[in-house]
Order: sequence, then C-alpha cells, then structure tokens
Amino acid sequence: MTRYITKRLLVSLLTLWIMFTLTFFLMHFVPGSPFIGDKKMTPQILANLEAKYGLDKPLIVQYGLYFKNVLQGDMGQSITLIGQDVKDIIARKFPYSLKLGLFASAMAIVLGTFLGVTSALRRNTGIDRFIMLIVTIGIAVPSFVVATVSMIIFGVQLNWLPTISSLDTVSSFILPGFALSFFPLSFITRLMRSSMLDVINQDYIRTARAKGLSEGVVIFKHGLRNGILPIVTYAGPMLAGILTGSFVIESIFSIPGLGSSFVTSITARDYPTVMGVTMFFGAFLIFMNFLVDIMYTFVDPRINIIN
Amino acid sequence: MIKNNNSEILGKDLFLPATDEEKATFEVMRPSIGYWRDAWNRLKANNVAIGALVVIILIFLAAIIGPMLSPYAYSQINEGRENLTPNFQHIFGTDSLGRDLFTRTMIGTRISLAVGLVAAAMISIIGIVYGAVSGFFGGWVDNIMMRIVDVIYSIPTILIVILLQVVIKHPLDVLVEPGHALHFMSGLGAGLISIFIVLALLYWVDMARIVRGQVLSIKEQEYVMAAKVLGASNKNIIFKHLIPNCIGQIIVIATLKIPEAIFAESFLSFIGLGVSSPMASLGSLSQTALKGIYSFPYMLIFPAASISLIILSFNIFGDGLRDALDPRMKK
Repeated sequence: MTRYITKRLLVSLLTLWIMFTLTFFLMHFVPGSPFIGDKKMTPQILANLEAKYGLDKPLIVQYGLYFKNVLQGDMGQSITLIGQDVKDIIARKFPYSLKLGLFASAMAIVLGTFLGVTSALRRNTGIDRFIMLIVTIGIAVPSFVVATVSMIIFGVQLNWLPTISSLDTVSSFILPGFALSFFPLSFITRLMRSSMLDVINQDYIRTARAKGLSEGVVIFKHGLRNGILPIVTYAGPMLAGILTGSFVIESIFSIPGLGSSFVTSITARDYPTVMGVTMFFGAFLIFMNFLVDIMYTFVDPRINIIN
Repeated sequence: MIKNNNSEILGKDLFLPATDEEKATFEVMRPSIGYWRDAWNRLKANNVAIGALVVIILIFLAAIIGPMLSPYAYSQINEGRENLTPNFQHIFGTDSLGRDLFTRTMIGTRISLAVGLVAAAMISIIGIVYGAVSGFFGGWVDNIMMRIVDVIYSIPTILIVILLQVVIKHPLDVLVEPGHALHFMSGLGAGLISIFIVLALLYWVDMARIVRGQVLSIKEQEYVMAAKVLGASNKNIIFKHLIPNCIGQIIVIATLKIPEAIFAESFLSFIGLGVSSPMASLGSLSQTALKGIYSFPYMLIFPAASISLIILSFNIFGDGLRDALDPRMKK
C-alpha cells in the first residue's frame, strides 16, 4: 500500500511539473503585453516595468527563477492588481469558490444518489419517468443556461432569491449552487439508477430479503453499499466539472471567487496571476484525484489497486 | 501391406453426388443479414433514437438552408428596429443593434454543428491512429504512448484549453489575413479555427484508449495472423483489418464527442474566448444576451434552448447508436 501511494504521489508530482512547464511557456507565447493599456508609455517606462517583473530576462532564465520561487511558496505579484501577491489573491478568493463548490458537490451527491435510488426502486413508474426526464435535460443544458434561466425566473420575475451573491446567507447559495450542481446531479442520478438496477437483481439481495430483513436494511445496507461504487469513480471528473462551471457561474452571480478572477486575469494578460491560479487549480484537482484513487480501496476492499 | 483406400472401407454409395432434396436442407431460409443491416434494424426499433435523429436532421436543415431563405443577413444592422420583442417580421426579435435574432440563432447553430462535426472528425483521426499504433505494436511503444495519454488525461483539460485558445488565436489572426497561408479559411475567423485545433489537440485521448483496447483483443485473432503469414505489411494490417473491425465503437465514440465539443465551444464563446462579432455562435449570443437580461430575457431563451436541444438530441441519438452498433455495451 505504501509503495502504491508513493508511486501515485510521484506520478502526480510529475503531472504537476509538466503542467507547470506547459502553462509557463504557453502563457509567455500569448501575444500582447500586460502593460498595453489606455495610457501611452515611453519605452523607458516600459523597460523599467518589464525589469521590475523580470520580463526582460531570457525566457529560460525566467522559467528557472519562477520555478525556484514557487518551490519556496512565492508566486510573485499580480500585474493588474498592483502590489498584491498572487498568493494573497488566491487566499482571499478561493474560500468563496471552495464554499460554493462544496455546497454544489454535496447537493449533487446526496440528491443524485437519492433520486437515482428512488428511480431504480420505482422502475417504469411515473416517478421514474419524471426523474429520468429531468436528468436527461440536466445533462444537455450547459450550466450558464441553467444559471441565467433560473436567475430570470427566481431572481428577476419572482424576486425570491438574490441575483448578486456574496455567499453570506443561505438564500444566496441556492441559485448558484443549483446551477453548478445540476449537471453532476443529473449524471449521478443516471449512474446510480443503472448501478442500483444491477445490484437489486443480485442473489445476495434476494437472500437478504429471504432472511426477513426489513426493506430499509436491504436497500441501504446491502444495496446502496454496493451500488455506490460508480459514484466514487465519478468524483474526480465531477470536481473538474464543478471547477469549470465556477468560471461562468461566479461571474454571472458576481461572486468574488477565484473562478471569475481566473477568466479576467487571462483577458488582462496578468501572467503571474494566470500562472498562479492555473497551478493552484491544477494541483488541487490532481491531489483530489489522488485521494479518490486511494479511497477506492476503503470503499471497496475487493478492488486491488496495487497490482 | 495396409490398404489405404477410403472408398473401399466406407462403401462407394457414400460418395455419390447429393440429390436436389438433400441440397435443399442446406439452403439458408432467411437472407443473411450483414452487420450494418442488423444495426440499422436495431436502431429503427428504438423510437426515441429515431426521434432524436429526425430532430438532428431538422436542425441541420435549419442551419444550412435557413439563413439563405431569411430576408435578413446575420450581420445586417436594421436601424430603428433595436431590441424588438418577437413579432411577425422578426420571430425571435432583434438585438441591441437591430440584427435579426432568428437569422443569428440559425447561423450560431451552423457554427455549433460545424464545431461538433469538425472536432469529432479530428479527434477520431488522431485517436484512431494513435490507439491503433499503440495497441498493435505493444511492448515499450505501447507503454510510452499510453503514459503520454495518462498525463494528458490527468491534466485538467479546461485550464489548458483556455490558455491554448488565448495563445493560438493571435497567430491565426495573422495567418487568415490576405496573402497568408490560411486566407482561404478567413470566412471562419481565427477564433473558430483555434477552437477546432484546441479541441482536436486535447479531446482525442478517450478515442485512443478505446481503439487501443479493441486492437489489443482483435490482433490476437486468427485472421490477423493469416494476414501476417501472407506477408501483409503492418500498415496494411492496421488500416485494412484492425481499424475496420472496431468501426462500430469508433462511430459511437465520435457521435458522443459531438455534443461534448459543442458544449466546450459554447462555454469558450460564453466566457468571451470563442468567435468574435459580427459572427455569432450560440455561446456568444447567450453571453451578449446576459448583459440585457433584466430587460430582454427573450434574447437569451432562443440561443440557450437551441444549444440544449442540439446537445440533448446528439446525446440521445449517440446512446441509441451505441445500443444498435455495439449490443455488448448495452446497459
């Protein structure tokens, strides 16, 4: 087990380094300069600014320097938000994204599992068809559509929920959380339904019923425990999807999170911020995938990942 | 001395020519049904999938012919008719510059379909060749090629897609100008070409994995060995024997990649990295509509509903196609 974890950790670090290198060079091939704005600058000022951010040195030297700094926990300063450390920007904005992401993930997993199981147990009834109809739509509708449509209905027309959200009240979570979790929720429902249908036709479920166990114990202890495995597999892609969604959802609802500032820093060519946030998100996702892989062994002891 | 004459041991009457009656028993009662015919029959029986196919065909017709029949050009600015709600002249209304939204939605649909089809085709070509080569040669070649796939797989795609989109858009802007290599594609615009390239570069790994898996099992079959024995070249075996035999799965994956690519394009256009005005895509139409959402919600409804309908019908059709072409994969 220790050997497996060490090996997976090394692969994760390698992936992270490849991503670091790729992002660094891609970012520096982006045409245009962060200093081209409304103001005209003399060549001298431009040169001084480039020297300040180390942009005058050869690319490979910049790469080496930056790599060294990142290892020491220094991601440099933002160019557009003058004087602010990228580290501080991330520390300030990520909690919003994390809160919203956790809320959306929890909602997707809990509600998705519940709907999936319900649908499987009530197979081919009206409830099943209705749930399947909703989730088929959920898989096809992009999150920005869900966000804007639910904003028009519940925020503008009915005026029940806030359309600008700073995530400080429960009601401000509902619209962005729903928009962000609709896709993973639908996906989990479908996964859970088909996996549950497989499970409830197994012999051990019949045995459990024959023993006279209550229906609740049969479904939750014998059925769900076995049927939930595909959901664990989906956890990695789900996190990536929620992160992607946060880029648009946060700007639609004016949430001051990291996702919306990632998009603005790209258009502003704020190299240090783009670099820092990409690395941060990348490291976060790669680490989460690593955790999910290890979790398999605990959820299902039958899986032998070591070989 | 051993006599080795079968006809004497077994009796000569066993070697008489068969009568017509005997021949008749060997005749196949039903005409033999090929793989495609069989798949088509299964698909036809699936009403939902056929319904989705009809919707897809209608969407294609609207996207290709629709803009030609419309009295307005998609970029035509009609002064004095700004921000109209849907009416008889403009059934989807007009935008803040007075452009007809029905025409623009149809053009946007055309762009989305083009992105889906081109991306799926490019993903298939890269993925098939990569997967087939990796699976066929096996050993260290396979090992290295699959490690590369693993790394691409574990890098969060969307971060790289966004970066790459920003990086290659500008050089493409130059290349499509008159006198440069890609001028013949200038009608598409640099934003769209870069979306094609970015999606093709990063979304092929699934295809490669599945083709490799198929090739690994097919290459052990006798007919491949027979081809080898007959002296067929590796290239011939890969392209004439291995790839045609996993074509069913390839078609299914390619079909399911279409909605994925359309999704990605609308996302990129929505965050302002896709096609640029006056060209319209369903994503960029939605993004523009968002600015006036409080006053003109109808501007969002039509492009948003179109994206959803396209993705929905491709998803359903793709599922149906999977059940038809590859019954073993059916859940």
